[in-house]
Amino acid sequence: MSVVTSRASDPVVTIGGETANPVSRKVPIVFTAVTVIAVLAAISARSGDTAFRFTRSSADPTQLPEMHLPVCPTLWVIAVLLAVGTLFAWRRLLVRRKVPMWLVAVYGTLAVIGFLVWAGVGHAIPLVGLLGGALSLAVPLVYGALAGVIGERVGVVNIAIEAQLLSGAFTAAIVSSVTKQPLLALPAAMVTGMLVGMVLAAFSLKYLVDQVIVGVVLNVLVIGLTSFLYSQVLVPHADQLNTPVRLDALPIPLLSDIPVIGPVFFRQTIVVYLMYVAVAVVAAGLFRTRWGLRLRAVGEHPKAADTVGIKVISTRLWNVALAGAIAGLGGTFFTIGSGIAFNKQMTAGMGYIALAAVIFGKWHPIKATLAALLFGFASNLQNTLSVIGSPVPSEFMLMLPYVVTILAVAGLVGKSRAPAASGKPYVKG
Amino acid sequence: MKLELREITKRFGALVANDRISLAVEPGEIHALLGENGAGKSTLMNVLYGLYASDSGEILLDGVPQRFTGPGDAMAAGIGMVHQHFMLVPCFTVAENVMLGHEATRFGGFLNLDAARDKVREIADRFGFDLDPDALVEDLPVGVQQRVEIIKALSRDAKVLVFDEPTAVLTPQETDELMGIMRQLRDSGAAIVFITHKLREVREVADRITVIRLGKVVGEASPTATNAELASLMVGRAVELIVHKNPPRLGEVGLAVSELTVIDHHGTHVVKNVSFEVRRGEILAIAGVQGNGQTELTEALLGLQKHVRGSIRLDGVEVSGQSVRHLLDAGVGFVPEDRNEDGLVGDFSVAENLMLDRAHGEPFVKAGSVQQRKLMEFARSKVAEFDVRTQGIDEHVKFLSGGNQQKVVIARELSRELRLLVAAQPTRGVDVGSVEFIHEQIVAARDAGVPVVVVSTELDEVSALADRIMVMYGGHIVGIVPGATSRSDLGLMMAGERMTEGAAA
Amino acid sequence: MNESSRRMQRVLREITTGSALVPVFAILLAMIVGAVMIAATNVDVQETSGYFFSRPGDCLLAIWQAVSGAYTSLFQGAIYNFDAGNFTDGIRPLTDTLTNATPLIAGGLGVALAFRVGLFNIGGQGQMLIAASVAGWIGFSFNLPPVVHLLVALLGGLAGGAVWGGLVGILKARTGAHEVIVTIMLNYVAFYLVSWMLRTPGLLQAPGSSNPQSPPEAANAILPKIFGPGYSTHFGLVFALLATAVVWWILVRSGLGFQFRAVGFNPRAARVAGINVSRMYVYALLISASLLGLAGVSQVLGTVNTGFTSTIDAGLGFDAITVALLGRSTPIGTLLAALLFGAFRAGGYSMQAVNQVPIEIVLVVQSLIVLFIAAPPLVRSIFRLPDPRRIRDQGLRLRRTKKAGVSA
Repeated sequence: MSVVTSRASDPVVTIGGETANPVSRKVPIVFTAVTVIAVLAAISARSGDTAFRFTRSSADPTQLPEMHLPVCPTLWVIAVLLAVGTLFAWRRLLVRRKVPMWLVAVYGTLAVIGFLVWAGVGHAIPLVGLLGGALSLAVPLVYGALAGVIGERVGVVNIAIEAQLLSGAFTAAIVSSVTKQPLLALPAAMVTGMLVGMVLAAFSLKYLVDQVIVGVVLNVLVIGLTSFLYSQVLVPHADQLNTPVRLDALPIPLLSDIPVIGPVFFRQTIVVYLMYVAVAVVAAGLFRTRWGLRLRAVGEHPKAADTVGIKVISTRLWNVALAGAIAGLGGTFFTIGSGIAFNKQMTAGMGYIALAAVIFGKWHPIKATLAALLFGFASNLQNTLSVIGSPVPSEFMLMLPYVVTILAVAGLVGKSRAPAASGKPYVKG
Repeated sequence: MKLELREITKRFGALVANDRISLAVEPGEIHALLGENGAGKSTLMNVLYGLYASDSGEILLDGVPQRFTGPGDAMAAGIGMVHQHFMLVPCFTVAENVMLGHEATRFGGFLNLDAARDKVREIADRFGFDLDPDALVEDLPVGVQQRVEIIKALSRDAKVLVFDEPTAVLTPQETDELMGIMRQLRDSGAAIVFITHKLREVREVADRITVIRLGKVVGEASPTATNAELASLMVGRAVELIVHKNPPRLGEVGLAVSELTVIDHHGTHVVKNVSFEVRRGEILAIAGVQGNGQTELTEALLGLQKHVRGSIRLDGVEVSGQSVRHLLDAGVGFVPEDRNEDGLVGDFSVAENLMLDRAHGEPFVKAGSVQQRKLMEFARSKVAEFDVRTQGIDEHVKFLSGGNQQKVVIARELSRELRLLVAAQPTRGVDVGSVEFIHEQIVAARDAGVPVVVVSTELDEVSALADRIMVMYGGHIVGIVPGATSRSDLGLMMAGERMTEGAAA
Repeated sequence: MNESSRRMQRVLREITTGSALVPVFAILLAMIVGAVMIAATNVDVQETSGYFFSRPGDCLLAIWQAVSGAYTSLFQGAIYNFDAGNFTDGIRPLTDTLTNATPLIAGGLGVALAFRVGLFNIGGQGQMLIAASVAGWIGFSFNLPPVVHLLVALLGGLAGGAVWGGLVGILKARTGAHEVIVTIMLNYVAFYLVSWMLRTPGLLQAPGSSNPQSPPEAANAILPKIFGPGYSTHFGLVFALLATAVVWWILVRSGLGFQFRAVGFNPRAARVAGINVSRMYVYALLISASLLGLAGVSQVLGTVNTGFTSTIDAGLGFDAITVALLGRSTPIGTLLAALLFGAFRAGGYSMQAVNQVPIEIVLVVQSLIVLFIAAPPLVRSIFRLPDPRRIRDQGLRLRRTKKAGVSA
């Protein structure tokens, strides 16, 4: 409103309405803030060393020595590097260019290393454990996020990820306990996740109930059901029904011997390997295949899809079911993936973090996966720091995904656009 | 391919949208389907395209009866449609939109985008379009988007092409180009159905004309028929809209707009440096093809547009940049273009809608409470005064007919002390009986000394109401001319041609 | 025909066509599903079903005993305990129902009010936690005179909830951030924030304790019991009923409520009519969140006043959503729904104690009720009720076709 009268005499020469694309200042501003914090940390740093351990145990084939970093000098080096990056970002802004993605990534990594050095004074940080644990914690988030991405891309908001994860965890525990075959538990978990998805689809597509309402209520329903059955059936028969056989880690030959990367990525269970596949398949599928093209068309402009002969309702139904199956598979992580018996509400809101990853990842499978990994890292960092005694209260680390998501939806972390018809029921005619 | 529709009947509840309509279109023929808004043309085409199932009747292609359960079937049978509201996914490329639904794929279901690009280029070349297959549809101008629609239909080897009100969003030049494309398609042997309510276009391009009214075929005509003949068939009465009005008694300048520019949320300048004045007791009608800045201009007058430069004065007081609330309180009456979206709350009663823009204080709200009794009295008197046909003042407004809904809006706006009345498309989708009544009310407001701005895309309405006519094109004012300006001159101005004489601004 | 007689007709029509029956059938249906679950997981039923074909009577009897036993406990735990012998003890379950209903009434009203403005407030948990923390902190750390202390703590709690919800409103108004996402995320932020404060000495943690728990409330800050010390019902109920009246007035009678509803039905038309839509969102979330705050206050100053933990919200934020949905977002409906769900909660505990049926069955029944209510056609098709739309909505259909089809 401030421009109303002040520039009334501006000659208006734009014809097609091209106005210069405004370049976001957010990145440089955030960079500046991080740099300031880094400098403050360097000034106030306690003296001592922070060690990084690159091997998990002495049994690892390749042994790397620990790296000891003196805190003060390291922090100063990092602060200077960050300052350089910040200057570069401002320069890009002046010439109206975007800050390249790789710079943001490098910047973020440096900032995290700086944080680890600052927080870990006098301790050894087990890098393999930190990253490996982060990946593990991210597994249900990644599956959940993929489920969320598929759902929203086809036009159905999937708040019920939590329910799908929980039902998957529950089913996997029982099937694995009864059959002693953890592999059989995987399809079983997918089926129950799919059932939850189909209930969501049935209520939102057939009865046109608000998708958020169905999702929220389904979460409560599944928590109620699994908790009831847990107390009533699993507890009295824990030996037969709730002693899940754990999925074994399957080290991949050669790859698993690479230092750091090997144990983190290639000495995992089949659930993790399936996750790699799922991410690749969904990402390629969404943007390069007929399935993906139709799915996205239905989520963006269902009527247009209808007029070229694509069945909107059944496309939505089956893809929401598929999303449920994927999330159900992610749920297996909690029980057979970790070798833990099922417990009430054991997913503890992971479904909502997955939803956060979907939004933070701008409805893109790869970006959502990266967001999920970031959230997994934040939460495992908190675990690691709480072991070595961190100066930052763990609760604030745990809060991170949620705060970041709020900033994201408030448009403070780049612009994002949800699929146009997401959450809207399709009524023919 | 020859298309035949036999005795198609389609009902919606008690409403018979299509009543035993029969129609035959030969290959190599442009068959115009002419009718007023609401005559049932689009319903018929939706039946043909498999979007609706007809209650009775049959569709034949080359004499073979068809059964379509969805658009997919219709397309497979060779029917293509260029929709009034384009059926394109905005964030897809041209090639993706064209291939959607019949994608060429490689091994493993991967899209063969190259094939789609080639297809787009091939068809575009055939018609001399210049079109980048990898451009995002949302970045393309409206006219080009329509070509994507046409290519989409042709890429499926459509032998029967339906154009549903294709010119509503086009400039006159684009319209002419479209006509050329339609002729070219006809000459290549396609059967074309051209749905419209614009007489000029029909006479220019059609080989045969079928007129429908209130869901029934009321006659056939040849393109040599005069406008008057076609119009009387279409409307069923003398077409001239005659509003009885006395010469204006002009007062002071009520509304003065100068150098007004409106920028929409894409950053496009949709109204460009516009200046005009309206005196008290005068109706200024803004004419123009839909989408030339009229909507945004009227919205700016009520403070609904966010990015506005320039000045708007009401009785000499600067009001630009003020809130909607402030402007309503300052005496602006506003009849929005789309009453269902912007003018009424469908789930509110007639009475509640009558107080909609005065929910913040006197006279209907005292000490925070809605004065029920006062509201009821007010509503009853307005319903009687404006002849709103409703079961009662507590009837939900969504159950009223379009004309009666519009009367509720008009009644609400005219029941305040006005210093400006802005009415956008005041009779769109309104039955003939109500049109006259609404026009009378607008003229009455003008005679009471209110400056009135009417926006209409219908020249009949513009000519009937206006004391002066302002024509907009591409966000600019092309000219401001007397109310008696001929239709042909107005038509030229709407195409962007500036008049050298008679600019009485 | 005058308006009141038409209104009567409409009510009559709703009853005869089954619209009014849908909630009743939804509750019935959910209770049947609950019964199936109870029977299926009952040990006696499982045993007797082993020889069902030789002696089906045993199994049927076991089913009957399991279900009727559980639902009798539910009733006796929620309404009146006939085994108690005297009235003063027998009526105690009803007062427990009222206690359980108190935060549900307040919270349900909060969610319902937001619904009417077209907003989905899933942030009940966070708003309750913040409100409870503020009220609890005022309650245990100050020494104020009676009544004053209570009122200050109460108002502090409402303000705390309002701030947490107002944040959502401001974010939505300023940036368009969707309130569903923001409220969900703020639930977790509040949870971790309060958890941290509860384990940090000098903030909310009880002095000398290592548990993440606050000290008990000062006597002056505690909501007094309405029916005397023998019964759990506290004055929070009075505030909740008061809130019902206020919300009713706001929604049905006030100019503000008129604007709320206009925004809820059609924000575009509201904006054209000069209503500041963003401001309405902020106001609505402020009021909604302070009502959820009232639920939090009632927990911390009424139900659990011996010191609170980060689970003081007891899942009520989500229950409030189901209450509002069952109550169809009207104040009276919400009140009745809250009483019903309060009864389920109270009865659920006695069902768990007496019949070893886990309390979570209440969650299942509750969410099923809401699902069924939200999809009337489903309930109708199960019970073969007539479809009222077929009788009533010809006008609507006419309009719909105009909009969609006959636009040529």
